[in-house]
Amino acid sequence: MTNAWTDIKNTDLVIVMGGNAAEAHPCGFKWVTEAKHHRGARLIVVDPRFNRTASVADVYAPIRPGSDIAFLMGVIRYCIENDKVQWDYVKNYTNATYLVNDAFGWAEGLFTGYDEAKRDYDRTSWEYQMNEDGTVKTDPTLTDPRCVWNLLKEQVATYTPEFVENLCGTPRERYLKICEMIGATSARDKVMTSLYALGWTQHSKGAQNIRGMAMLQLILGNVGLPGGGVNALRGHANIQGLTDIGLLSHTLPGYMNLPTEKEIDYTTYMSTRGNKPLIPDQTSYWQNTPKFMVSFLKAMWGDAATRENDWGFDWLPKLDVAYYDILRMFDMMSRGEVNLYFCQGFNPLLSFPNRAKLTQALSKLKLLVTIDPLQTETGHFWEDHGIYNEVEPSKIMTEVLELPSTCFAEDEGATVNSGRWLQWHWPGATPPGDAKHDTWIMANIFLRVRELYRKEGGVCPEPILNLAWDYEDPYEPEAAELAKEMNGRALQTLYDPKDPAKVLVEAGKLLPNFGVMRDDGSTMSGCWIYAGSWTEEGNMMARRDNSDPGDIGTFLNWTFAWPANRRILYNRASCDLQGKPWDEARKLIEWNGERWQGFDVPDIAVTAKPETVMPFIMTAEGTARLFSRKLLRDGPFPTHMEPFESPVENPFNAKLRGNPVARIFPDDLAQLGTSADYPFVGTSYRLTEHFHYWTKHNRVNAVLQPEFFVEISEELAAERGITKGGRVRVWSARGEIWAKAVVTKRIRPLICNGKPVHVVGIPLHWGFMGAARKGFGPNSLTPFVGDANIDTPEFKAFLVNIEPAAEEGASA
Amino acid sequence: MNIDLSRRSFLKLAGAGAAATTIGALGFGAAEAATAAHVRAFKLTSMTETRNVCTYCSVACGILMYSKGDLAAGEKAELIHIEGDADHPTNRGTLCPKGAALKDFVKSETRATKPRHRAPGADTWQDISWEDAFDKIARAIKDDRDQNFIEKNAAGVTVNRWLTMGFLAASGGTNETGWLTYKAVRSLGVLGFDNQARV
Repeated sequence: MTNAWTDIKNTDLVIVMGGNAAEAHPCGFKWVTEAKHHRGARLIVVDPRFNRTASVADVYAPIRPGSDIAFLMGVIRYCIENDKVQWDYVKNYTNATYLVNDAFGWAEGLFTGYDEAKRDYDRTSWEYQMNEDGTVKTDPTLTDPRCVWNLLKEQVATYTPEFVENLCGTPRERYLKICEMIGATSARDKVMTSLYALGWTQHSKGAQNIRGMAMLQLILGNVGLPGGGVNALRGHANIQGLTDIGLLSHTLPGYMNLPTEKEIDYTTYMSTRGNKPLIPDQTSYWQNTPKFMVSFLKAMWGDAATRENDWGFDWLPKLDVAYYDILRMFDMMSRGEVNLYFCQGFNPLLSFPNRAKLTQALSKLKLLVTIDPLQTETGHFWEDHGIYNEVEPSKIMTEVLELPSTCFAEDEGATVNSGRWLQWHWPGATPPGDAKHDTWIMANIFLRVRELYRKEGGVCPEPILNLAWDYEDPYEPEAAELAKEMNGRALQTLYDPKDPAKVLVEAGKLLPNFGVMRDDGSTMSGCWIYAGSWTEEGNMMARRDNSDPGDIGTFLNWTFAWPANRRILYNRASCDLQGKPWDEARKLIEWNGERWQGFDVPDIAVTAKPETVMPFIMTAEGTARLFSRKLLRDGPFPTHMEPFESPVENPFNAKLRGNPVARIFPDDLAQLGTSADYPFVGTSYRLTEHFHYWTKHNRVNAVLQPEFFVEISEELAAERGITKGGRVRVWSARGEIWAKAVVTKRIRPLICNGKPVHVVGIPLHWGFMGAARKGFGPNSLTPFVGDANIDTPEFKAFLVNIEPAAEEGASA
Repeated sequence: MNIDLSRRSFLKLAGAGAAATTIGALGFGAAEAATAAHVRAFKLTSMTETRNVCTYCSVACGILMYSKGDLAAGEKAELIHIEGDADHPTNRGTLCPKGAALKDFVKSETRATKPRHRAPGADTWQDISWEDAFDKIARAIKDDRDQNFIEKNAAGVTVNRWLTMGFLAASGGTNETGWLTYKAVRSLGVLGFDNQARV
């Protein structure tokens, strides 16, 4: 989230699209009802299903799964056509005025540079026109046809209300009503917030869905303001934290990237990360990357990381492909190319697509280790559970270890909420049986491996032998020790560069913030964005002062928010060019003539002059990008693409299937179905009463929602002869499931290009372990393909068929 | 409101102690005070109270856990009750149907409680000691890494990657577990490394 849960109270309009906050994030959603009640805020819900969020909406509109980009580009078109634009914001705080390379263009659903054989773009032309001094050419009058604004106008021209209605199946009056409500927030004293979740990410063009909303919010001037922003509602309690710390195939802590094998040494790696400002005087904060990188390498390898050995750069693994994400790893596993696999609090057998492929892949491992508080389906994948897990144990040669770990009630540490608050918690229960802390388990595994390398030698032992491990009890590192290691400390005394007599931080002391980090090896920090979370003042994440002086929901003394305890990102943009709030009644920070002050930590230097330094400090431009240059693989603007399995052809180019640059492995391409065999659109969703595959282990939640079901419209039920509560079989090109049919008015057929499109809703909380009845999930059916930029699986739009089935136990 | 007054001490105040003093001060007679003194103290006042955060979604509601026994004092602690933390700015004491049943998660009958081993082709689990489990894992890691680790690519560039092992980390766990896991797994050269960010 750019903003925080408690900030939603400041909004005038909430749009929930690509999520279902009332059910998936109920207590956060209460801030929506708070805004409705106290401010008269209104709520728009756009979703294939009339869900519980929709049930309290002022306007609800249905949409065909996988058509969100068309809807959003249509709204942008409406705003431009009807002058619903926050012009001062757009001209100063975005790249609208920048000129784009003449070679860049778009035709027939594709941007310039498409290579069908490589399934990739040559992105050379997706760039600004540059001056000789390396700065960007601009046209502040917005008249040049090559300026971003005019290219955007051209890009969205196709998405007329007729086009949107035909493609999305959204009734036109409702769509136009929504456009009008959204457009009204272009006023300086009106703000909209966007709440989304996996309903936008789990598409083969997930990143572009989100960009569509980010662009719209910029055009309306709603980013950086209280009650505004683009708010990703994260899933698990600490997805934000683990992502911050870089537990992804291709990342390092603090949103730095792991090197590729083209980056042969530290100097080469840094050579493309200079981040010189493209506009004079801009912050371009990533210019500090060397300080964060060296501090990270010092946290990893301590004294063994020296200038002479590039701070241990060689000891980081180097990528030869974009990343070894979970889809790629399971594809490799299915071909016998992976031997060992660890699942720490992760149940991939239920959470990744094409379950048959997952089972087959796990069966080829030599050793599978689960480290989990629960007995998971993944750990038990070799057990025969009839139709719910049909396998022959004797044919599965994978060795499995199930290691019991502790849960939240038994451990200590911080988790990071969606609003980036690092909140510390304390243990209050003894672990059951022989369950142990994950830290103890990881330390024991690591120390044993290190001992084997010490005793026996082996291949490339240095990164293991040199790993910093200075914990009081090396077998049970304490949460406090680890948190301080992430915060970082000075390894030598740090002096003020402007006044060498002045000591900033004494050697050995914890760092007060990331501003003091150095690239000369004199500081260490495991995760630079967490600097300030545990300082010499103590554990900032444990603070519990819930006062809110500005009554604007920032709660600056409650725990700690990264970065720098900032509660609203890009908050400089809440003020006009001169530094006065766009809306005096919604004041967050302001320029007092000398410095920035207010109820949040300003996200630019406190003395940065308002008319010089622009708010988007992380970009080299200082502005936000309506045109994203080469940064996304599938286009600098969003363009509508169909899901890989769709009942509708891409209207721009009937030859395109799915996202034209998304990776799809040959076996999985061969397993895509068409609407001739699978006429209905499947989509996955979550229920209020369950959390993923965890709560089915709980008696109370198992009672609340005991049995797996699928949800269909009355019209589809009539067409297929399905009765309410009857058993059905649902199948795709990859698998089949059986479920109770819930026949509702909540899902209605959508009329696209004059033809009905039926949607089958499939909740995802059931498996074969736990207290609830055995059942299935959507992943038995879904295609093994992900988003073109990050490979989030396409769970929200795929093709299925459905028919009545005999009751369980009855003969067919 | 600042928070030195814990929920537990508030309950104590509002319970037996306050009954004798406050009610008296309000001018009620000795009879009422005597009756109030007989009122049983709220059950949770004998519990240890611990602040925690809901483990499910990213709203991260504040919760209060009540346990019999005090872990901090080196005692065994049995979880008795969980409720929303009224002082927490996000949830202000409320919990959803998932959070309200958190105790059942902690006490689920299908918690894993002992290390178990499934041999190739077997159809049952066997118990295994932590020591044996760790030895097995360390040996497998060492042998496979030594055999399949790629030090240099075809161009002779140092790449130090190990692709025959993968590790999925827990987004339900803490930052501190995540960081220790990061260090251990990356130092081995593992690239097949992920959390639940995509699902």
